[in-house]
Amino acid sequence: MKRTTFEALQAARAAKRPVALVTDLDSGEQALLDSEVAQGDLILVENFLAQARDALDRDRSGPIEGTALFVHVFNPPLRLIVVGAVHIAQRLIPMASEAGYEVVVVDPRQAWATEARFPAVDLLSDWPDEALRALKPDRRTAVVVLTHDPKLDDPALGVALASPAFYVGALGSTRTHAKRLARLRDAGLDEAALTRIHAPIGLAIGAKSPAEIAISILAQMTQVLHGAAPLVKATA
Amino acid sequence: MSMSKGENILDQAGRWRLEGRKVALATVVSTWGSSPRPVGSQLAVDEAGAMVGSVSGGCIEGTVVLEARQAMETGTPKLLEFGVTDEMAWEVGLACGGTVRVFVERLD
Repeated sequence: MKRTTFEALQAARAAKRPVALVTDLDSGEQALLDSEVAQGDLILVENFLAQARDALDRDRSGPIEGTALFVHVFNPPLRLIVVGAVHIAQRLIPMASEAGYEVVVVDPRQAWATEARFPAVDLLSDWPDEALRALKPDRRTAVVVLTHDPKLDDPALGVALASPAFYVGALGSTRTHAKRLARLRDAGLDEAALTRIHAPIGLAIGAKSPAEIAISILAQMTQVLHGAAPLVKATA
Repeated sequence: MSMSKGENILDQAGRWRLEGRKVALATVVSTWGSSPRPVGSQLAVDEAGAMVGSVSGGCIEGTVVLEARQAMETGTPKLLEFGVTDEMAWEVGLACGGTVRVFVERLD
């Protein structure tokens, strides 16, 4: 890889700008492109340029059919917004960051959202709906709502469900969730939005401890992210 | 393909380059069947054989590192293919029986 191409790629990654690196696997020539410009020693015809940008848009690295061209998509990290600086959040955050998520924790309750409890994490003490509106969840963002307090959970869910976030989950039992759905319906949310909430949150793996619940949440986020079929337990 | 915290491969490769070391990059460009690492997975290698990242579960890394060290000397990129139909696969052994193509290039 040419030094100029590498430096441009690193600059884009540092600026969290989505880019695609297109390589001619025969010659090794490369072009780095975003939605507007392309640079490098590989010149792409319009058709292949469009296909590469489409791959970038869909976040799918792979070959361009019928050519020796390989498109390598570099997207910014996935994001996880955790509402509720609770015990489960403390366990979920290191797991999620290990899995590639940039994590933000939102909790206006000063006693919970402390540096001591959440070292090295972005902590926001704004009201959850304000925080979420500012954070603008996109389709590479998961929103996990864990406060157990309708005053905090409900506004967060309202904003999350109006966003293209790929995953929205809420802590609480089936009964708690039924009450929550009733409140959100009263608040004017439609059924299509409400069915997007994963609740009770997480895959049913019998999780009990905060760490186990964190595993079940991250497992479900992963399943939804990759569009995997639901796990089916083998019948003995 | 997303970049995760664990994938500071390009950053490490960049640091090696800044230190004046020769560096090569290996990238999984296609897979067939079950293969342990998805398309876009990368391995960076320096002239001393230090490596960061992976292009398989560990079964082809040895061969990839050899090719990477050659690429960093010659500057000629190379497309490697590993799979059950490939004779080399019996020696190197892709544990899962899939096929994987790996592009190796020098970082100038």
